[in-house]
Amino acid sequence: MPTVLQYEFMQHALAAGLLAAIACGIVGVYVVVKKVVFISGGIAHASFGGIGLGFLLGINPVLGAMVFTVASALGIGLVTRRTRLPEDTAIGILWAMGMALGIIFIGLAPGYAPDLFSYLFGNILTVPTSDLMLMLILDGVIITLVLLFYKEFLLLSFDEEFSTVAGVPTERLYLLLLCLVALTVVVLIRVVGIILVIALLTIPAALARQLTHDLKKMMGLAILAGAVFTLGGLWLSYLLDLASGATIILVSGTALFASFGIARLRRNRAREYGQPTNIS
Amino acid sequence: MGTEELVRLEDVWVHYDSVPVLEGINLTIKSNDFLGIIGPNGGGKTTLLKVILGLIKPSRGKVTVMGQPPEKGRRFIGYISQFNLFDRDFPISVFDVVLMGRYSQTGLLRRYTEEDKMAATEALKAVEMLDYKDRQIGRLSGGEQQRVFIARALATNPKLLLLDEPTASIDPDMQAEFYELLDRLKEKMAIVLVSHDISAVSIYVSEIACLNHQLFYHGSKEVSAEELEKSYHCPIQLIAHGTVPHRVLKEH
Repeated sequence: MPTVLQYEFMQHALAAGLLAAIACGIVGVYVVVKKVVFISGGIAHASFGGIGLGFLLGINPVLGAMVFTVASALGIGLVTRRTRLPEDTAIGILWAMGMALGIIFIGLAPGYAPDLFSYLFGNILTVPTSDLMLMLILDGVIITLVLLFYKEFLLLSFDEEFSTVAGVPTERLYLLLLCLVALTVVVLIRVVGIILVIALLTIPAALARQLTHDLKKMMGLAILAGAVFTLGGLWLSYLLDLASGATIILVSGTALFASFGIARLRRNRAREYGQPTNIS
Repeated sequence: MGTEELVRLEDVWVHYDSVPVLEGINLTIKSNDFLGIIGPNGGGKTTLLKVILGLIKPSRGKVTVMGQPPEKGRRFIGYISQFNLFDRDFPISVFDVVLMGRYSQTGLLRRYTEEDKMAATEALKAVEMLDYKDRQIGRLSGGEQQRVFIARALATNPKLLLLDEPTASIDPDMQAEFYELLDRLKEKMAIVLVSHDISAVSIYVSEIACLNHQLFYHGSKEVSAEELEKSYHCPIQLIAHGTVPHRVLKEH
């Protein structure tokens, strides 16, 4: 193995990449199948308000982001459900308000925020141990909640009306699902940053979806894909001296499009040989 | 076999933005009913079903399901929505869709038991779809998907089956088969189906009601188009896309 793995920052980076893959693999599947990509983007961007709050209060910005992001997930969820604003309008408004709050908070904070850029675009090479611990705990919370409510989340994602009639506390579980998105955003902030989070929430799940129609297998495959993307992107960014977060996203996106291309080639070939197409 | 009252609506009004959609609906559904509710699009058919299910709160009037408020009583109802709304690519197998029907018996934080899986298997057998149980739901024809959703409703062990425009997504030549399935099921449960397609409905159901904001309950389906139109103010031409052949209504 290359000597670079002996450095502590590199070990941290690998751990952060794997922890991020677990969270985005599991929750990303729900984001994709329940089609809440835009609302998740809103939650991710609103988390910037929490980063700002962290600077203002002099606490770990990621911790600030955690509280703020869960609160804004609940806020966006309730506003889109209970008010008469069209959902995408409400999301757009709260998305920008969260970011605006972040900027105000940072402006009010004494001194200036030197590593602001790394929260926006991620820097997997500078993840401190305390953040790794937080990511580990959040992964644990996410896994536990999904194990407990797997059945309900499946009903809710597939058919909300039926799930309400069947007795699932639909609105509360929907809000819980948005909180899981919020926690995942927090896990991912250090790795790819607020602005790029949405790519890791969608790409591994979208890739996994092409390979299976079983939700559990889809989660497993998405975790695997996420791990390959984060570690591959990390390696490439180290090799080429590029920004790590952006490299991870571009590696993921390229892989996804390549997989679409391969699927298409296979379909064409199957057609040429007169075989039935099979893309399950 | 005694007839039990399953659903009762008393003077139910529903408004969307102060525009009345349902006006003073009175309706009782008994355990041996096979009722077809017909009416033009926008006449409030889906709204009526959702009121019975407690998904829409009436602005006036009283709804009871099994003598309880609909939120409690609805677990005895198997509901099949106008299902062209679901995502055909959703990663789920036929069997897992039907298993969802067992949720009302299982509840929060519990796993589906062997008994639940048996019930889902039985329900798939009843609609003759067991061979497809591992298929992704989107890789079935419209009629086959419809059967799966009926199986899901049956898995809840319902006393009442509510179907919203059930034939909308079925090929015309599959419709007879579909109604034969309902014909078998009506022995075990009450069935209410709403449709704008009067000709198909009237052959199979026992009673017909017309819904165009108000409900006109005919009891027997032996009513002619003129009668419907004159005495009950039902705009039949809207419902049936033209004049209704009397033969269809009188036959059977």
